[in-house]
Amino acid sequence: MNVVNKPLASLDGKALMMGRPAYTDDFAAPQSLVVKVLRSPHPFARIVSIETDEARAIKGVACVLTHKDFKRISFTRAGQGYPEPSPHDKFVLDEYVRYVGDEVAIVAGVDSSTAEAALAAIKVKYELLTHVLDMETAVGNPSVIHPEPEAREMFPIGFEPKKNIAAAYKMNVGDVDAVLKKCDVVVKQTYRTTAQAHVAMEPHAANARFDHQNRLVIYATTQTPVHVRRIISQALAYPIANIRVIKPRVGGGFGGKQAIAAELIVAAVAIRTGLPCRYAFTRKEVFESSYSRHPMNIEMTLGAMKDGTLKAIDCKVLSDTGAYGEHALTVFMVTGSKVLPLYNKVEAVRFAGTVVYTNHTPAGAYRGYGAIQGNFALESAVDELCAALKCDPLAFRRKNMIREGETSPIFAIMGEGTEGTAMTMETCKLPFCVDRGADLSDWAHNHPRRIVAKNRVRAVGMAIAMQGSGIPLIDMASATVKLNDDGFYNLLVGATDIGQKSDTILAQIAAEALGTTLEKIVVTSSDTDVTPFDTGAYASSTTYVSGNAVLKAATKMKETLVAEAAQVLGTTRDQVAFDGSTFVAETGRLTLKDLSNRLFYNHDQKQLSVTESFCGHKSPPPFMAGFATVEVDLETGEVDLVDYVSVVDCGTTINPKLAQGQVEGGIVQGIGMTLFEEPVYGKADGKTVNSDLLSYKIPTRLEIRKLTTEFAISYEESGPYGAKSVAEIGIDTPPAAIANAIYNAVGVRVRTLPITPEKIWRGMQIRAGKMEESK
Amino acid sequence: MIVNVDVNGRLRSFDVPPGAFLLDVLREAGYLSIRRGCDTTSCGICTVLLDGKPVPSCSYLAIRAEGRKVTTVEGIPEEAAKLARHFGEEGADQCGYCNPSLALAVYALKQTRPKATDEEIRLWLVGNLCRCSGYQSQLVAIKRYLEERP
Ligand code: FES
Ligand code: FES
Repeated sequence: MNVVNKPLASLDGKALMMGRPAYTDDFAAPQSLVVKVLRSPHPFARIVSIETDEARAIKGVACVLTHKDFKRISFTRAGQGYPEPSPHDKFVLDEYVRYVGDEVAIVAGVDSSTAEAALAAIKVKYELLTHVLDMETAVGNPSVIHPEPEAREMFPIGFEPKKNIAAAYKMNVGDVDAVLKKCDVVVKQTYRTTAQAHVAMEPHAANARFDHQNRLVIYATTQTPVHVRRIISQALAYPIANIRVIKPRVGGGFGGKQAIAAELIVAAVAIRTGLPCRYAFTRKEVFESSYSRHPMNIEMTLGAMKDGTLKAIDCKVLSDTGAYGEHALTVFMVTGSKVLPLYNKVEAVRFAGTVVYTNHTPAGAYRGYGAIQGNFALESAVDELCAALKCDPLAFRRKNMIREGETSPIFAIMGEGTEGTAMTMETCKLPFCVDRGADLSDWAHNHPRRIVAKNRVRAVGMAIAMQGSGIPLIDMASATVKLNDDGFYNLLVGATDIGQKSDTILAQIAAEALGTTLEKIVVTSSDTDVTPFDTGAYASSTTYVSGNAVLKAATKMKETLVAEAAQVLGTTRDQVAFDGSTFVAETGRLTLKDLSNRLFYNHDQKQLSVTESFCGHKSPPPFMAGFATVEVDLETGEVDLVDYVSVVDCGTTINPKLAQGQVEGGIVQGIGMTLFEEPVYGKADGKTVNSDLLSYKIPTRLEIRKLTTEFAISYEESGPYGAKSVAEIGIDTPPAAIANAIYNAVGVRVRTLPITPEKIWRGMQIRAGKMEESK
Repeated sequence: MIVNVDVNGRLRSFDVPPGAFLLDVLREAGYLSIRRGCDTTSCGICTVLLDGKPVPSCSYLAIRAEGRKVTTVEGIPEEAAKLARHFGEEGADQCGYCNPSLALAVYALKQTRPKATDEEIRLWLVGNLCRCSGYQSQLVAIKRYLEERP
């Protein structure tokens, strides 16, 4: 391979570093109205009255919109395929507000201070309703968060709004209770995860204008342009053919920009006023009013025999989707479907749970998508089981984990809100990942612990993980390869580059297939008027699903070129050899440059262009083993992460350096979730206490000492040039691996994220008999 | 209120409202490389150089820049391109949203401490957040750039 599997520099990196206009807000039309949103100060209330006359009267205010200005159409912001597996439980604006930060009114003014003044002049009377903040008390609570008759499920997802249930699901294989009874050792624990915030550095933004054809053109920070187009049309009852959504560069997504956010609001203002407008979320709005990760309480029960054979897994989940059911069912299902198959040899496995509404900021898609929550529970519980069995955690995993050529019944049972798809692991290099990770982290020397200084122990802990590569039979991607004169190509893709550099790796795939270099491929991505369909950047789908579409299109273009050359050379296709720049046959030679120019200007003129689509029949999981080396201060409980080793099987790395960036970025986000990220809510008023980057701490350069990342040699037959996905797998292991390392260091098992020094210190006090365990 | 500022070597006068911050004034004037990431002076995305020193323009009153030299990444194209080459080689660039401000901060570091250690680099850039890269590849690329002699 000449282009694929090479660490080439990205296509856009240099221009972005040099500060070229590139992101959504850079493309707002001159003289745009500034849009702002009045947001609810209450977690649950009904708007009794809303007075806007004073605001409308302010000079320079172009519009003030309230729920009275919109048709009552329920929809979901989730940004998924259609019909969505998320309930339609949201209105553009509603007379109910369901969390602190929910939309109350939209204003647009000639500048920021005019819009601010309009916000201040709106008078709202609320009837406060009893809020539900604790997910444990949501089901059957007398306070019903979605009493409205319009809220509905698109197909059965266990939706019972009268009971505050957004979704529910259960499945089992074998008789879990009977198998657990026969086990020598049973471990049963509850693990809790928090509502991590995405914190993409670019806040959500959108701007809108009408163009010279009177079409509505929207630039947006989105991962899903075609879904945005569809949802705007649906929610505003506006003709879809009149909407164009353009995704410029996006400053990070991580799932946070899969849902529709600012787009709908600027569309409404532009339609109402006919004027160009722009809306950029404040950081506070990003924290409070986009969405977060689903916090979950996961009860995990594992049963094993004395010889270390895992026999049964029982997993019960309670998930908090907040005020709206965005991704409620699917995130929760992934907690089972992309976690439990790791131990595929069990006799029985059960998965069940409920996703509840509360009056918190909604939860939604976030890198890891349920798998990180499930992985924390399962891989912590496996180490707890190993401790009970006095079994080496590596030996236990080697014995019980899934291997190449094997399957799990769960793949066929559980899909994305529907049935799944049976598949066998054509590639699974977990044994290598575990062995290599043990070497790189010096397991033999560091496990379980060693004393490195007075009051300081070093220890290593690990976890294994899997993810998927797109949603089989649902996600479709397509690509167009177009020949230009002089023999360079346009590659048009709907695939959505949100900073993961998919434009670059898709160009690498095209260049490889066409036998050319990266410079000859000009990529255009994600403009709904120009690029072919692609569901978007989510579910780890771009490399595998969009990559396969690009490979098909480029391969077909090459065949087409050979056929054209054969005609010119007066021979048959099978007589022509093409190396990407010259066609050679016994009858003569022809350069691609000459062929292209001939096709455009001289003989038998035509445009060569190929469009191909791909929809996967399976979703080959990438796998990894993560090893955390920590040092814990025995006096303070403080943790230093000394090194994080990742050994990853993602098939072929299309671009090894960019793949490493995906893994390491995910690892560090996972470290943040493990050690300090936690939105804090006022218990009484439901307000977020830390909705800014001052008090919500994400990892800085100081906490990240060393990351060691390697890839297994692996080739997935069904992937483009052997590739699987790599975007999400990195985030899954840190919570369990670090929790296991801390346990190995000081014997304290923390089951509630984040793992703060205070929790560790407390655990050490309890162990030393200096403190009582509390509930 | 009129402020006179040297932006990237060109004398500019801006008519600004009294409370305006440098970030908004510069963006309004078309210096689009400077962007916002937060509301609390905590992310570094809005960094510009003021007389050669990195400052967060989001909370710097425009009127205080009177008579001073402001540098945005548009003013150091060669240096930004050099840093970009190392970022490209290391795969240290992802969404790029943090990159222009980082280029300025790293350039300023090169002026003051060209032989900075890893720890000094980390400390110098502690206020420049990046949510994509995981930081390590950036550190390697930044070291390569610092080592590069003109
Ligand atoms: S925008 Fe975050 S520090 Fe200025
Ligand atoms: S590359 Fe995205 S924030 Fe740094």
